Amino acid sequence: MTAATRSLLKALVFIACLGPAIYLLVGAFGLWGVSLGADPVQEMLHTCGNWTLKFLLITLCMTPLRDLARTTFWLRFRRMFGLFAFFYVILHFAVYIVFDQSGQLETVWQDIIKRPYITIGMLALLLLIPLAATSTASMQRRLRRRWTQLHRLIYVIAVLGVWHYWWGVKKDIREPLLFACVLAVLLGYRVYKQHQSKAQVREVAAHSRA
Amino acid sequence: MPRPWSKSILIAPSDITPEDKFLSRRTLLAGGFGIAVAHALGVERRAFGEDTSGALAVTRNTEYSVTEAANSYKDISTYNNYYEFGTGKSDPAENAKQFRSRPWNVTIDGECEVKGTFSLEDILKPHSLEERVYRMRCVEAWSMIVPWVGFPLADLLKRFKPTSNAKFIEFRTLLDPKEMPGERGSVLDWPYIEGLRLDEAMNPLTLMTVGLYGKVLPNQNGAPLRLIVPWKYGFKGIKAINHIKFVERMPVTTWAKSAPSEYGFYANVNPAVDHPRWSQATERHIGGSFFDQRRPTLAFNGYGKEVASLYTGMNLKTFF
Repeated sequence: MTAATRSLLKALVFIACLGPAIYLLVGAFGLWGVSLGADPVQEMLHTCGNWTLKFLLITLCMTPLRDLARTTFWLRFRRMFGLFAFFYVILHFAVYIVFDQSGQLETVWQDIIKRPYITIGMLALLLLIPLAATSTASMQRRLRRRWTQLHRLIYVIAVLGVWHYWWGVKKDIREPLLFACVLAVLLGYRVYKQHQSKAQVREVAAHSRA
Repeated sequence: MPRPWSKSILIAPSDITPEDKFLSRRTLLAGGFGIAVAHALGVERRAFGEDTSGALAVTRNTEYSVTEAANSYKDISTYNNYYEFGTGKSDPAENAKQFRSRPWNVTIDGECEVKGTFSLEDILKPHSLEERVYRMRCVEAWSMIVPWVGFPLADLLKRFKPTSNAKFIEFRTLLDPKEMPGERGSVLDWPYIEGLRLDEAMNPLTLMTVGLYGKVLPNQNGAPLRLIVPWKYGFKGIKAINHIKFVERMPVTTWAKSAPSEYGFYANVNPAVDHPRWSQATERHIGGSFFDQRRPTLAFNGYGKEVASLYTGMNLKTFF
């Protein structure tokens, strides 16, 4: 793949990732017959939250895809997907404060400390900030091993995010359940891999003693 | 004592909606929906003053109407919680299109002298319909203003002569997974069951509802017969009722059974008692702009003067 094809592909993926935000923007102004329905604030809130989780799960798919397809091609997009998760969670939070809670910061604060599902959602957002801040290549070089350690926080964040969704729905948990299942597979894969590599280490150690 | 609606001059549907939209909607409805309704009703339709476009003969009740502008027909008929037709807000409008709300029978039994199964026409015949513009407050902390058409539930119940054992009324929705796709899943225990204490049922605000905006109820809003209890959260307003039972014990209602710590039998609108997962102190009013402030939620949804006396001496934090 040439450099030009690569950047074209990246640009296309970037635009596709903006899709939900474009839908919300167009819908908010009611352009071209796009409507966010009778409760546009709720639609914005849920769309942003939903895509945050989707992008977190997509980001977590990149490593298994590398292993399965035996190509590092996917890893080129990992940072972009991770940053889109951050982008949508910031929008989610902004819609919640500005439109849903009418900018009443006192009420927002009460929600955060009193309502467990909002507390864990807030925690997940806060944990994403250092990851987004250290996402550049230069930070990656500078932090070296610490960068890898820091970015393992994504596992915690994804669990908190899905948990936040699960607790937030009124009754129909089918979608949060689906997200939880996908997340369980993605995290399970990592546990399995670690287990495998430990077993390998043990095997090598056993051989060298023999 | 001023009531919230005391100074009101009732707003007719034609005042709330810009006239051109109101008229074009009439034409639109007369085309498909209205004709279907007229067919289903046959000769009987004249018994309750329904014309071929689905428009009902309605007298406005000025005493029981609020002065705030009602939400649009579109908002009211596309933003629905009606799990029998799906859990998304726009699902019922989509999935209830094929629902056959006529012909319809209602069984009335339990602790009453007159029992039996009656056709909808027989149920409605003696009652004259009134329009009431009520506040609607959902337990999910959003609200609307809706011009319902119906008649006092009390007038209906009296016809069946409740005995002295009748302390509560239990209502059930049709159980028919073929007609109601949501009932094929198990998100709630079907059929949907709701209930009222007898004195709540007899309160003049409690409305047996058959119409919206001067017309026959759309399926997604609970056709052909639903309950409206404006001082309670919206989920008390059971839809597509086909069974009314006078009972001695408090009915186990669907949401209270599903999550007893979150939804009570009474479910009176109460800004002082939060849902365990969200505040009930304020509400977002549907149909406004993005920058509208949340509105403070009123005790008993603003109907305290009419109904607060029903709960004298009760701890409403316990009986939420």
